[in-house]
Amino acid sequence: MIVTVLLVLGAAMLAVAAVLTVYRMSKGPTILDRVIAADVVLAIVVAGLATEAVYHRHLTTLPIMLVVSLVAFAGSLSMARFFAEQDRNTWLPPEGEANGESGPTRSSAGES
Amino acid sequence: MSLSEVADLIGAVLIFLGCFLCFSAAVGLVRFPDVLTRMHAATKPQTLGLLVIVIGVAVSLREPVALGMLFLIAVLQLLTAPVAAHMVARAAYRSNQVENGAIVTDELAEDLARAGFSLQESGRSDDDEQDQRLADHLDPGDLDAEEGRAAGTDPAR
Repeated sequence: MIVTVLLVLGAAMLAVAAVLTVYRMSKGPTILDRVIAADVVLAIVVAGLATEAVYHRHLTTLPIMLVVSLVAFAGSLSMARFFAEQDRNTWLPPEGEANGESGPTRSSAGES
Repeated sequence: MSLSEVADLIGAVLIFLGCFLCFSAAVGLVRFPDVLTRMHAATKPQTLGLLVIVIGVAVSLREPVALGMLFLIAVLQLLTAPVAAHMVARAAYRSNQVENGAIVTDELAEDLARAGFSLQESGRSDDDEQDQRLADHLDPGDLDAEEGRAAGTDPAR
């Protein structure tokens, strides 16, 4: 009984959390805010899948949890790497390459 | 109360805790002012929340088959979450979306300036919301105070 109550309360909190996070994702204001919000949405999805698996006592959704967490990683990494630096104030490397994110040269300069 | 009922209860409490962490991250995302503080809120469900939920699932399902998969989920998340957070924070700093007033010491700026990096002013107009917000957060006085850092900035902005 109390187990069911806890799981249902948790699912309700996840629903509210998803709504708040999607609000942040639509509001922005920068693309990195949206990337972070998308990460949190996927964390909420994983939590929801786990809650559902425990509630109905099955194992079907566990591989989906694995795939979703990996997709979240790939998504946020590529977004941060390639879309974050629009033409705004940026720290430019000494060579003064125009418009930063041009692959390996940029990242090797970043480590110095 | 039998042993399995106790295990079910512990698992449900752990999952509830993980759900609460997700909720707190969402509240932090809505309320916090800039990228780095929002990232501080957002990383709680990604590591601690996911670990707690995975342990909760393992305790309440008690299936040997599930343990391997759950272990894989936890390990991969612990490996990948810091990398993604690092890339996002780096992109945020490099594109200058950090509130300068909120930073007490900014040693990365000094190091970048010493390494020859310069803060480049964009040629774009300030008509959209993002650039306006950025301009509000940038304090030209602070930038000028640090030698070598203000190379490319325009104090009149």
